[in-house]
Amino acid sequence: MANLTINGKAFDLDVEPDTPLLWAIRENAGLTGTKYGCGIAQCGACTVHIDGVAMRSCTLPVSEAVGKRITTIEGLAAANGTLHKVQEAWVANDVPQCGYCQTGMIMAVAALLEEKAKPTDQDIDEAITNICRCGTFQQVREAIHAAANA
Amino acid sequence: MNHMPKMPQLNRRAFVIGTATAGAGLALGLDLPFGGPTVVRAADGSPEVNVWVVIRPDDTVVIRIARSEMGQGTLTGLAQLVAEELECDWSKVTTEYPTPGQSVARKRPWGDFSTGGSRGIRSSQDYVRKGGATARMMLVQAAANEWKVPASECTAANSVITHTPSGKTTTYGKVVEAAAKLSPPTETEVKLKDPKDWKIIGKSVKRLDTVDKTTGKMIYGADVKLPGMLNAAIKACPVFGGKLKSYDEAKIMDMKGVRKVVRVNDRAVAVVADTWWHAKTALDALPIVWDEGENAKVSSESIARWLAEGLDNAQPAFVGNQNGDAKAAIAGAVRKVEAVYNYPYQNHAAMEPLNATALYTPDKCEVWTGTQNGEAAFAAVLETSGLPADKCEVHKLILGGGFGRRGMTDYVRQAVAIAKQMPGTPIKLLWSREEDMQQGTYHPVTQCKLTGAFDKDDNLTALHVRISGQSILYTVRPAALVNGMDPAAFQGLAPTGDWAIGYGFPNLLVEHAMRNPHVPPGFWRGVNVNQNAIYLECFMDELAHSVGQDPVEFRRKFMAKHPKHLAVLDAVAEKIGWDTPAPKGVFRGICQHMGYGSYVAGAAEISVTDGNKIKVHRIVASTDPGYVVNPAQVERQIAGSFVYGLSALFYGNCTVKDGRIEESNFDTYNSMRIAEMPKVEAVMVPSGGFWGGVGEPTICVAAPAVLNAYFAATGKRIRSVPLKDQDISFA
Repeated sequence: MANLTINGKAFDLDVEPDTPLLWAIRENAGLTGTKYGCGIAQCGACTVHIDGVAMRSCTLPVSEAVGKRITTIEGLAAANGTLHKVQEAWVANDVPQCGYCQTGMIMAVAALLEEKAKPTDQDIDEAITNICRCGTFQQVREAIHAAANA
Repeated sequence: MNHMPKMPQLNRRAFVIGTATAGAGLALGLDLPFGGPTVVRAADGSPEVNVWVVIRPDDTVVIRIARSEMGQGTLTGLAQLVAEELECDWSKVTTEYPTPGQSVARKRPWGDFSTGGSRGIRSSQDYVRKGGATARMMLVQAAANEWKVPASECTAANSVITHTPSGKTTTYGKVVEAAAKLSPPTETEVKLKDPKDWKIIGKSVKRLDTVDKTTGKMIYGADVKLPGMLNAAIKACPVFGGKLKSYDEAKIMDMKGVRKVVRVNDRAVAVVADTWWHAKTALDALPIVWDEGENAKVSSESIARWLAEGLDNAQPAFVGNQNGDAKAAIAGAVRKVEAVYNYPYQNHAAMEPLNATALYTPDKCEVWTGTQNGEAAFAAVLETSGLPADKCEVHKLILGGGFGRRGMTDYVRQAVAIAKQMPGTPIKLLWSREEDMQQGTYHPVTQCKLTGAFDKDDNLTALHVRISGQSILYTVRPAALVNGMDPAAFQGLAPTGDWAIGYGFPNLLVEHAMRNPHVPPGFWRGVNVNQNAIYLECFMDELAHSVGQDPVEFRRKFMAKHPKHLAVLDAVAEKIGWDTPAPKGVFRGICQHMGYGSYVAGAAEISVTDGNKIKVHRIVASTDPGYVVNPAQVERQIAGSFVYGLSALFYGNCTVKDGRIEESNFDTYNSMRIAEMPKVEAVMVPSGGFWGGVGEPTICVAAPAVLNAYFAATGKRIRSVPLKDQDISFA
């Protein structure tokens, strides 16, 4: 059993402590916006915020997330449904193609903007290492700058 | 007097029948025993005007899309085509997928569901536009009937119908019930707009599927949840052609959540558990014995040796393009240039690993999955379940990437085979990334020997292109072979048509010595233009340099009769500034090719440090697809195709050892990141009069543009993909 706080809500989940957080989120908490891409922290599709920091949840044991503030893509928008400025920029710039990696990408970018309000291209290159096989990088970069200036 | 069709007749026995289906599906068209057209209703009761268009009383326009959305934007583009002729309010447009089962029940009114070969728009544009036009004519006629005026006095725009003489107006939502009862005009009565009058086609309207992709609400196949559902993890024999011999389920049955271990077919075993994580954990612990068979002796090296033998002119080969006598011209040449290239196996590696959810009972089999071919998936469900068509259904979901892999149905068959052994329980089968990487249908492996002949004045007199290697069609679609020959092997090298070579040479011979290793091949975004463009366009660069000529000028000499090929080449040359010096330390490469009915060209500016670290500074890409339905989406397809193409060039290699693929995940099969990718400057030059593809064609000019730039920078010619195996990386 694990008591997790996801998007401000308490979850009492029937999982072993070494279960990757990704699967606790998807299968036990039922929040499927966080995606499985590789399982070895390479692709970033599973990115969530742990106490505000972007982390790859596919290799993070549940035990390490207990007592911490977990935010998934479902918790990024305001409680009243107003999209986060990164989501707004994503919509305005028509960023997603297939979209599967985009929730993880958006979580990584939201954390970057918390850390650096106006990231340079080099900041983006260093911080955003998510894989996108559709190749949306051009729009991702434009939308990051748009969100930073929103 | 406007040319207007004769008035559609109101059918005396128009019966309203609606069949609410579960979820967001469509109504089924039911044949009443006494015949006659019927109003078919969507699940919410709104009437179909025709199979393409449903209109709700609030004027919402629901456009049916038979092709699959996998990121390429076809959902939005096809809706634009229908909406253009429908004259509806774009802001009120939404879309839905008809299901393959409904298609079969209604005798395939939506045509082909297959979404591959960059065909989504180009092969259905005519009938979907006619579908929109037909619906518009019926809506206008319904209004005219109501007003008792000739339809020719009425116009439609933005979902509003106006009777011009009186100024009376109504909306589609108000007349749709009456319109749905009319017989449609005949096909000859339906006239499509002149492209110059298009208002929605050609516009960069926003995609219709974006918001849910940014909030986590979009449900992909991997996200499906059904009541009582269990999860399955699968492992097939890692050696292709090998078999499942035995497994010791007693070792894992007491592991948490495990419900059943299932022999899926003669080569795969699955563990079914409460969660996928439990299923996967138990599968990893399951002792499995494989019968690997003869193929376990095969390696990349043994395949390469076999293919190399096929480069020998004495070996048999199929001729795909020929004029003059290239062999004689080469034999008599003053000077020859010869080079051998090769291209490896590559995995599609869509971000969403393959998956399908199946629910089987003796009376019905339903599948929920992301598929590029709903009808092929449906046929797979029929075959595997053993149930007839009226007892099967496939519910299509948005794909987390396809790239050709999801045109196959192996994962659908597996899901049904598992579900069949647990009747009444929905089973979600999800492949691990490792399974996805090692049970692929790979970009085929080929080698190519190219020989160019020059006369004493440095004129190219002949070109001989001899490809040796794997045919996709031989394995995937053997009925498409022509007397044993795979015509697709010559994509971009063919004499004419959608795959035409862009040059006229005095003597030309293009051959394919087919050699099919045991590794299963598949259609991989771009398919055979990927390697053929490298072979031809890098070798053209070699030929130009061998006579000290500018690579663009050299090409132009052979392009007089290929103006569309030349136009895109000229477009990238101009945009990249080919005739002006590159910035200090920066070097350029250029190329052109044709595929999927579109003309494409690419140019790159790169710098190289330490001889092996490449920074790509600029990419310019041009395409002439005839028409551009949504410029913003075409721009994204071009940019994305370069990410896919350059990932393949730098990283893509699935190596074979002991009969199996060695690479297992993104740590060994890498993909480009944002830091490595420059902005792609797209130059669209649609010349009209034909419809070419968009999703794939430009991928093939990515690699040769960079390879030719690498030669310009270093004087070293790279003839083998990927660059990582040549000790070349991104800077």
